[in-house]
Amino acid sequence: MADPVLFAADPNPEIASGITESRPARWGLMAIAFTFLTLFLVLPLVLVFMEASRKGLGYFFETLGEPDTLSAIHLTLLVAAISVPLNLVFGVAAAWAIAKFEFKGKAFLTTLVDLPFSVSPVISGLVYVLLFGAQSALGPWLKANGIEILFAVPGIVLATVFVTFPFVARELIPLMEEQGTGDEEAAISLGANGWQTFWYVTLPNIKWGLLYGVLLCNARAMGEFGAVSVVSGHIRGQTNTMPLHVEILYNEYNAAGAFAVASLLAGLALVTLALKTLLEMRYGAEIAATRGH
Amino acid sequence: MTTASAQAGWRFRKPSVIPGFGLTLGFSLVYLTLIILIPLSGLAWRSASLGWIDFWAIATDRRTVNALKISFGTALAAALINVVFGTIVAWVLVRYPFPGRRIVDAMVDLPFALPTAVAGIALTSLYAPKGWVGSLLAPLGMKIAYTPAGIVVALVFIGLPFVVRTVQPIIEEIDKEVEEAAATLGATRWQTITRVLFPGLAPAIVTGFALAFARGVGEYGSVIFIAGNLPNVSEIAPLLIVIRLEEFNYPAATAIAAIMLVISFAMLLVINLLQAWSRKRYG
Repeated sequence: MADPVLFAADPNPEIASGITESRPARWGLMAIAFTFLTLFLVLPLVLVFMEASRKGLGYFFETLGEPDTLSAIHLTLLVAAISVPLNLVFGVAAAWAIAKFEFKGKAFLTTLVDLPFSVSPVISGLVYVLLFGAQSALGPWLKANGIEILFAVPGIVLATVFVTFPFVARELIPLMEEQGTGDEEAAISLGANGWQTFWYVTLPNIKWGLLYGVLLCNARAMGEFGAVSVVSGHIRGQTNTMPLHVEILYNEYNAAGAFAVASLLAGLALVTLALKTLLEMRYGAEIAATRGH
Repeated sequence: MTTASAQAGWRFRKPSVIPGFGLTLGFSLVYLTLIILIPLSGLAWRSASLGWIDFWAIATDRRTVNALKISFGTALAAALINVVFGTIVAWVLVRYPFPGRRIVDAMVDLPFALPTAVAGIALTSLYAPKGWVGSLLAPLGMKIAYTPAGIVVALVFIGLPFVVRTVQPIIEEIDKEVEEAAATLGATRWQTITRVLFPGLAPAIVTGFALAFARGVGEYGSVIFIAGNLPNVSEIAPLLIVIRLEEFNYPAATAIAAIMLVISFAMLLVINLLQAWSRKRYG
């Protein structure tokens, strides 16, 4: 009989070589993957926190306590607090119509929902400049009536809504299609009305997928740069969100300040990733199989 | 009578006992129209009203052409790099158990969660001549930040999860018996990978490439810090749109945006056809 230790260490390498790579190849591929991930993901993340603390914690909190920084944090929270619920309601409504019913043009509508993903963020901002700017047909009327959209909070919200538009719907549509309509039909036939059916039957089925979509939507809403940059006008202390404030500090050669604000956003990203991983671990089957965005 | 005619004729939707179709579809369409369709058709209308001569002058302007070339070229290079390394990362994550695999797996999604401006300043500091990585490359005469290579670095960061997350589930689904059968029939491991496994992965790799490429073409936030933004050399098309807007040159901004959208949509269409073809061929 062969030594059991030999078996435990590695099965006969000659047989194993047919269904897995040789040991050098395995180590080589792992080395390539880890080097690549370190260069492109780990080092940038570590650098953000190192640079943020380089001038000491005193400077870190001083930067975060500045009125301009506080106003940027406030605006970022406000914009996310408006745009995420809007896209949440849209996502649920669109998923209900698309996943629970068969109708003509459904595939086309699904494509339209995804459209903002293939539009450059800069163009997402530009379309609102063309719609509401001083040179547009609406521009003079808005000005005469004292309505501010561009270079003000409404414009920033609109651009953020455009960019984060598909996130919730995209998570819910495949999930609800997979779940089918049996549960809802049973509830209706037992006498539930539409609202009760949604609240007591559908919502419990989709709650983790919904949370997952909201999480990704929120991360993008708080971090959006290109679209917001075009419509914001960069008025310090008024229309600067956190990512825009990072840019301003960085361009003023205040790297420590820029990285201090950036570290808050990086912290938000890490929390998002942790929650996302947790959701996938515990409720993977209840979240749409389509990972990605 | 009415049901008979409805069954025979064209019908908008299949009947269902579930309520709320009109309400949810109506709301979705109104919201979609207000937020996406009206603004986008505004862009189309404005660029159409430019007239051919003006449009052509902007489109063939040297700086515009170069910016478009740089945007599409660097996005292509970054997507190709991501196809190679992203597939290796996906393979390692699925096939080789190692401690901390779940954390590494979660890290792959960092580019989805990290705001692009943060990624931009971090990558710039890292790959600048005095940065951690840049200072290692500087003695070799390699300059990354403030050159087109810097744009590629930023786009590799942005596009990586698109490739890994489309290829990874397909590797997970591979039936081990297929590999065992190939090995039993005398194939070497290399032959099994290239002749048996790769064709099955090809459609997913093409999809990942397409997603990474499409995202890279339009990317702005992470690129502008690291690019150096030299006109005709390292100036991307989205930045040129912003510059034209700041000059109040709305026609030029509109025209460049329209060209970008048309090329992106055309490429997505081509890639979709390619995908359908590869699914037919290999799927």
